[in-house]
Amino acid sequence: MPYDPSAPLKDRITDIGPRHYGEFLPPVIKKNKGKWLYHEILQPGVLVHVAESGDKVFSVRVGGCRLMSVEHLREICDIADKYCDGYLRFTTRNNIEFLLADESKLKPLVDDLKSRKFSGGSNKFPVGGTGAGVTNIVHTQGWAHCHTPAIDASGVVKAVMDAIYDEFDHMKLPAPVRVSLACCLNMCGAVHCSDIAILGIHRKPPMVDGEWIDKLCELPLAIAACPTGAIKPAKTADGKKSLEVKAERCMFCGNCYTMCAAMPLADELGSGIAILVGGKLSNRISKPKFSKVVIPFIPNEPPRWPSTVEAVKNIIDVYSKDAHKYERLGDWAERIGWERFFEKTNIPFTHHLIDDYRFAYTTWRQSTQFKF
Amino acid sequence: MGKHNTPMLDELEKGPWPSFVSDIKQQVANGKHILKEAPDDLLGVMELSYVDKVTHWKHGGIVGVFGYGGGIIGRYCDQPQMFPGVAHFHTVRVNQPSSKFYTAKYLRELCDLWERHGSGLTNMHGSTGDIVFLGTTTDHLEPLFFEMTHELNQDLGGSGSNLRTPECCLGQSRCEFACYDTQEACDNLTHEYQDELHRPAFPYKFKFKFDGCPNGCVASIARSDMSFIGTWRDNIRIDQAAVKAYVGGEFAPNAGAYSGRDWGKFDILKEVVDLCPTNCMRWDGSKLEINDKECVRCMHCLNVMPRALRKGLDTGTSILFGAKAPILEGAQMSTLTVPFLKMESPFSEAKDLVEKVWDWWMEEGKNRERLGELIQRKSFQEFLRVCELDPDPRMVDEPRSNPYIFWKEEEVEGGWTRDIDAFRAKHQR
Repeated sequence: MPYDPSAPLKDRITDIGPRHYGEFLPPVIKKNKGKWLYHEILQPGVLVHVAESGDKVFSVRVGGCRLMSVEHLREICDIADKYCDGYLRFTTRNNIEFLLADESKLKPLVDDLKSRKFSGGSNKFPVGGTGAGVTNIVHTQGWAHCHTPAIDASGVVKAVMDAIYDEFDHMKLPAPVRVSLACCLNMCGAVHCSDIAILGIHRKPPMVDGEWIDKLCELPLAIAACPTGAIKPAKTADGKKSLEVKAERCMFCGNCYTMCAAMPLADELGSGIAILVGGKLSNRISKPKFSKVVIPFIPNEPPRWPSTVEAVKNIIDVYSKDAHKYERLGDWAERIGWERFFEKTNIPFTHHLIDDYRFAYTTWRQSTQFKF
Repeated sequence: MGKHNTPMLDELEKGPWPSFVSDIKQQVANGKHILKEAPDDLLGVMELSYVDKVTHWKHGGIVGVFGYGGGIIGRYCDQPQMFPGVAHFHTVRVNQPSSKFYTAKYLRELCDLWERHGSGLTNMHGSTGDIVFLGTTTDHLEPLFFEMTHELNQDLGGSGSNLRTPECCLGQSRCEFACYDTQEACDNLTHEYQDELHRPAFPYKFKFKFDGCPNGCVASIARSDMSFIGTWRDNIRIDQAAVKAYVGGEFAPNAGAYSGRDWGKFDILKEVVDLCPTNCMRWDGSKLEINDKECVRCMHCLNVMPRALRKGLDTGTSILFGAKAPILEGAQMSTLTVPFLKMESPFSEAKDLVEKVWDWWMEEGKNRERLGELIQRKSFQEFLRVCELDPDPRMVDEPRSNPYIFWKEEEVEGGWTRDIDAFRAKHQR
């Protein structure tokens, strides 16, 4: 019985939640769940997991664009049907994993995946993203779908991944390098603990649309939204209720714009990219840590963001040559000292990189231990 | 050839990494999406942003399905005359199954549903883990929801000041490190808290994430208000013969994860024993010893030698609270609050804790104040009282260095009420 627009609440079903994962597990996974013994990466992008029972499951990992058409999804389904009895999964980092128990189908699957290209020539299903390399960049919506971004997301990711593709399908770095992108400080991509974070930032205070602001916004909410108290009530020349921004107090978080559509701040010249490095999530050897700002601003350079691409590539190259095995990017920077990091990467250290926000003092150096 | 000339986006069809531009173009050419012009006009509006270097999307209005306050995000284009196909372009968040396993059959049903009611474009997946349907108009929302619930037995995810769609790593389904069933925990709590997920009652967003071990593949320590991170409290199981096989070069260390470079012969002392953060390991050339009492379960040795070392058998989870991205007071990671909890269905102890925390946050939290910020504002001590937990040195990196202790009156002998006259009787003014 189809939806009846004249009775939208008739036979309504709500609060049923997601489908149960058990419906989608391949038989070999269902049988051996909780009884896996060990795994091996047979080649970049190809894993085998071995269970106590002796059963094996092979996983072929391919990079995916998070922005994906249903045409592409159907092609993924066709591949899963052909080689994997229709089973597949997606990873946290927007990769696709084809899962199969039959080893004889493994090579044909990998060969097939590697042979498929988009009309423009790019790989549809790049195999890789495992071990000590760069896996897929997690990212946000950018100019494809978001109202607060300082930068595009999908395009920057595409340009950067093209340039470091060699690290995606090899495992030759000192440790995994996790690259993430968030197109504004809201960070729905939460990039603040990434080896390399590409972050969209604004640099011009919000404009105030005085003609409309009182009609569009709850003014007290916009005032309260400002963490530095930079917004205060004001009147327009013709006496309309409005707001005023004390520009020198603004640190361009955009929280006011989130609360009030009449305070836009994105700008062709003002908005761009900051690069943060040295964060990690894992507890392996060292504790999880935040990424640190090392390049305060790179302009938006569509369509291929060459300065950003070069900056990311340079940091990875210097790290790759200099770090010890198992050292994450942040562990390496801490061992050599941040003064050496800037020296080796040839990145200028400017006043923008010294913290002056809430927990600033905790990042200043209270010691005479430093390197010349 | 599409509607719009897109020379800048076309530059993104080159190079080896999959091109989202080529993908959208194949949807334009071959897709059966009901919103005929949507993918084409999306390319058009993106091209305009590439020229202007700013976004052309406006704030969302209030859109949704009856009875829910989340799951749909309103989105409108600020150049609707130029791009009518995306003038209204709302997002639908669809709650993914635990750890994102699918059958091709089910994915095709989702594709068909989305072509009947939207642009045919998706995110697989959104940042919080949902399947994201990207772009539809308000009139399609109710029919989409009806068909999704009736035909696909599938519900929406969270948005706004709600419980956001919980997410987990793949856990025991395919990982030898998983210390509890992350999939079941995620699915169980998601179903338990459907009301909180669909109807906004919180000061701001709230996220659960379930990591099976301290490797943290689903980023719970950075990205969730309540992070469940698997751990164990007994001994690492050692297969000495397998250790020797690693040392002898019979097994590839790190499961082959570093095999793209010649790092030399595997050196168990240099690569494992000396890198142990607590120096609790010893290798005498034939036997590996671990002083498990001193182990902090960083996972390094297990990651390097997965065939020789296995997590303990007394497994469960650590629970940490309060992670968030920088808006507003600065980024926070979660703080260890429950060092160890057994994590078995129906997860009653975990749920008790969830509800105590939510009650407090809903009572005390300010508009748009994340739990981590509230804990900072009200103190970790207050948070422990709310959770009915005793303080434990495991909860801090180090004790406080300032002596500004907020003593409670009942902690001080004789209380705080004193007689100034009695004082003056002994001490002249």
